[in-house]
Amino acid sequence: MVSKSLVSITDCTKEEYLRILNLAKEFEANPHQNILNGKIVATLFFEPSTRTRLSFESAVLRLGGRIIGFSEASSSSSSKGETFSDTIRTVSNYCDLLIIRHPLEGTARLASELTSLPVINAGDGSNQHPTQTLLDMYSIQKTQGRLDNLTLTLVGDLKYGRTVHSLIMAMATFKPVFYFVSPEELKLPDDYRVFLKQNNIEYHETTQLPHAMKVADIVYMTRVQRERFLDPMEYEKTKNAYILKAEMLSDTKPNMKVLHPLPRINEISTDVDSTDKAYYFQQALNGVYTRQAIISHVLGLK
Amino acid sequence: MKEGKHFKVSAIKNGTVIDHIPSKTVFKVISILNLDKLEDKMITFGSNFESKKLGSKGIIKISDKYFDREDIDKISLIAPQAKISIIKDYEVVHKEVVEIPDKIVGIVKCINPNCISNHEKIQSKFLVLSKEDVSLKCHYCEKITSQTDLNLI
Ligand SMILES: [Zn+2]
Repeated sequence: MVSKSLVSITDCTKEEYLRILNLAKEFEANPHQNILNGKIVATLFFEPSTRTRLSFESAVLRLGGRIIGFSEASSSSSSKGETFSDTIRTVSNYCDLLIIRHPLEGTARLASELTSLPVINAGDGSNQHPTQTLLDMYSIQKTQGRLDNLTLTLVGDLKYGRTVHSLIMAMATFKPVFYFVSPEELKLPDDYRVFLKQNNIEYHETTQLPHAMKVADIVYMTRVQRERFLDPMEYEKTKNAYILKAEMLSDTKPNMKVLHPLPRINEISTDVDSTDKAYYFQQALNGVYTRQAIISHVLGLK
Repeated sequence: MKEGKHFKVSAIKNGTVIDHIPSKTVFKVISILNLDKLEDKMITFGSNFESKKLGSKGIIKISDKYFDREDIDKISLIAPQAKISIIKDYEVVHKEVVEIPDKIVGIVKCINPNCISNHEKIQSKFLVLSKEDVSLKCHYCEKITSQTDLNLI
């Protein structure tokens, strides 16, 4: 297995998705494996994202690797005016793998072209966050026993939500039926609608949650952020329409699970947490196994 | 001047003729090729000629000047039906209709202000998704730059 990068979810073939998900299963069964012994991993976070960084660092430590890096741009050389390209070239001399988070789009792709080391994209602006997508897929597969022919209901900010966009692209290879539930202002962009039509994938768009909940195997919740609305009145009016409460779960399928990329604000009421539909905390734990799988995949260690 | 076709703009001995330019983009072609800054070459051009294909077309003739691939790719983006003729001693020695390439490197600016290609000193790169109604997917940020947003470097 040659080493390679994970920059964009669209770089992956269906076989690669399945291979990484199988590896994640292996790591879940046996999380502590010393395969990164003697290896140094750089976590370069040009913007803070504590949750993602800790998940990656936990994955590296469980594999016996060591970590160098920074957690925000102000503590890095870029605050002294060094270009991104120079930082990447320099850090490449110190490690075996680069994990990069950056507020600008396309940074991970550029980094992968500047170094011969594998690069893992931990989020580049509004563009891609492929490890999130793979952990979402792992959670879907684990709770449903399969990826094929599922009904996926995606709720909230479908316009700007990059996790939603990547999930749509990745799951499209598994013949799903999509329900898109969002306020008018935050509807799915045209590009994705065109993509789904071209691939003959059934989808429904609605502003109402109840029916789309009833038919779903997976309900994927996202945050509806105040700053996305031009009119603050619109935000106040719509925000409560997309809050999931325990009472809404009574008429759902027995196998249905609720996912959320976290952190949540108020879009899932805390009374859902104790129900057997809530899966978002396990989903976060799955993130560590999935990242162990991705790290060993790109380094060609498995 | 074999068929006397271009009689409205005088013939050149050596150089390049760019024909079948939509009238409204003639000045844009002049500007992206930096012809307005060429001081030592004779340039003649005309616009608003009748054209069966375009309705109204323009033509530019530049003496003793030949363009490289990058310039021809630039022309293809704003005048997709343009015809380039290379003239040597009053004869057309090479003719081609421009074609938008499958990949575009360095000549278009990405529409996305948050794209790394607009922040680092690197060449922009695009995959051409559609040639008819120009649609370019940025190699870096993966956003689409379309005909109406086209900004040549
Ligand atoms: Zn771009």
